[in-house]
Amino acid sequence: MLWITCPTCGLRPVEEYRFGGELRGIPEWITDPAERDVDYVWMRDNLEGMTTERWFHAAGCRRWLTLRRDTSTDTVVA
Amino acid sequence: MIDFIERRIALEWHEPRRSYEVVIIGAGGHGLATAYYLAHRHGIASVAVIEAGYIGSGNSGRNTTIIRANYGIPEAIRFYQHSLELYQTLEEELDSSIMHETRGLMWLAHTETQMRGERARSLLNRACGAETVMITPSEAKELCPQLDLSGGGRYPVLGASYHPAAATARHDRVVWAYAQGAMRRGVHVLPHTTVTGLLRDGPRVTGVETSAGPIAAGVVLSAVGGRVSTIAAHAGVRLPIRTHPLQAFVTNFYDFPFPGIIGDTELACYVSQTERGQLLIGAEYDAQPSYSLASSFSFLRRSSAKMMHLLPFVRDLRILRQWTGICDISADFSPVMGETGVAGFLVTTGWGTWGFKAIPAGGEQMAELIATGRAPTLLQPFGLDRFAADHTMADPGSAGTH
Repeated sequence: MLWITCPTCGLRPVEEYRFGGELRGIPEWITDPAERDVDYVWMRDNLEGMTTERWFHAAGCRRWLTLRRDTSTDTVVA
Repeated sequence: MIDFIERRIALEWHEPRRSYEVVIIGAGGHGLATAYYLAHRHGIASVAVIEAGYIGSGNSGRNTTIIRANYGIPEAIRFYQHSLELYQTLEEELDSSIMHETRGLMWLAHTETQMRGERARSLLNRACGAETVMITPSEAKELCPQLDLSGGGRYPVLGASYHPAAATARHDRVVWAYAQGAMRRGVHVLPHTTVTGLLRDGPRVTGVETSAGPIAAGVVLSAVGGRVSTIAAHAGVRLPIRTHPLQAFVTNFYDFPFPGIIGDTELACYVSQTERGQLLIGAEYDAQPSYSLASSFSFLRRSSAKMMHLLPFVRDLRILRQWTGICDISADFSPVMGETGVAGFLVTTGWGTWGFKAIPAGGEQMAELIATGRAPTLLQPFGLDRFAADHTMADPGSAGTH
């Protein structure tokens, strides 16, 4: 099981957190503003490997944090 | 049902040719079914199905094999009802046993709100051709004598929606039957061959780069599960897909018949008995996206605790096996099928945790699209362009646990 270190509460199990999505940019090659909006709302990078993500400590201090996670192994890196 | 060994399944392997009319990436249920219908119904036998592992080694081999059509939006109900009907005659169609068994599915309701939801769903289902009726707690008890109607005191059963046509089938047999049907008609299936990239000619996709060398194709179809975003990225296609792990487990042999399938949207779990007598228990997918196939103890603890509220006898069973699949969950919980905007590259994806029941219809519809170039009626609402058109097919009921 995944354990996540919260800056306020320390090491807590993943069940206390809510996944808030990856931090990402819209690809440069999408130039049409409407298409960029569609990409922003619906599309996902869905990377297999290192991602930077937002998590919400729902059952703890109720603050947001940013972390680096390797989605190929489901382990928090930093 | 007891015909495990009555006939050998004839699988014939081929050396890859340098070029095919259609190349399908992923030899799971959807990929092989598409190949089968292409060869059988449309006479396109120059088809290769490329698979990184062995056939059916992805989510086709990891699901909980429930076939049902009680969905939450008309387009989905019609699609899955068609699939359910195809499954009913699949053994004759493929001349191979898939151990299909109609069992009936109960979705329990514990609150008045849930009762209203289930009533609405059953009315919508009936309007769209999928038989679903509301039943009382005592009728539920009759269908499943093991059920604790007080729900352990905490989840009393107020009623249930009952979908009598729901069925199960042996997942491996479905994959093998489609593989055999396709191979008999000249389709090449290439296991242990990894697709490493797509061949491009300007904006067009013209084939695949594989670990066995490049293979040219008129049309490339991605029937990949969890790793679909990686394949689509080679074509520059962006998908509304996140890959989440889904876990399930089986208990040891349970001595008594447990005929039906029981699902629970509030507890987000479901149970059926396998042909081997084990209870197969599944629940919702893991909240964080991941490609890891690791199973977790917290899942076991959570879902067995839930199941004990409804079926107290499971506390005497032992857990035998647990596994994980990585599911391509789409943003609106409906599949994404058809054109991608890149010529020569199609997808059938977004099958998330609900793809097994859709194998026959998904394959049939994708084959028709590839052969005729026109999207058939059932498939049309599920195109990738629906997101840009702001016409999403939001169907949280598709996962069965929402």
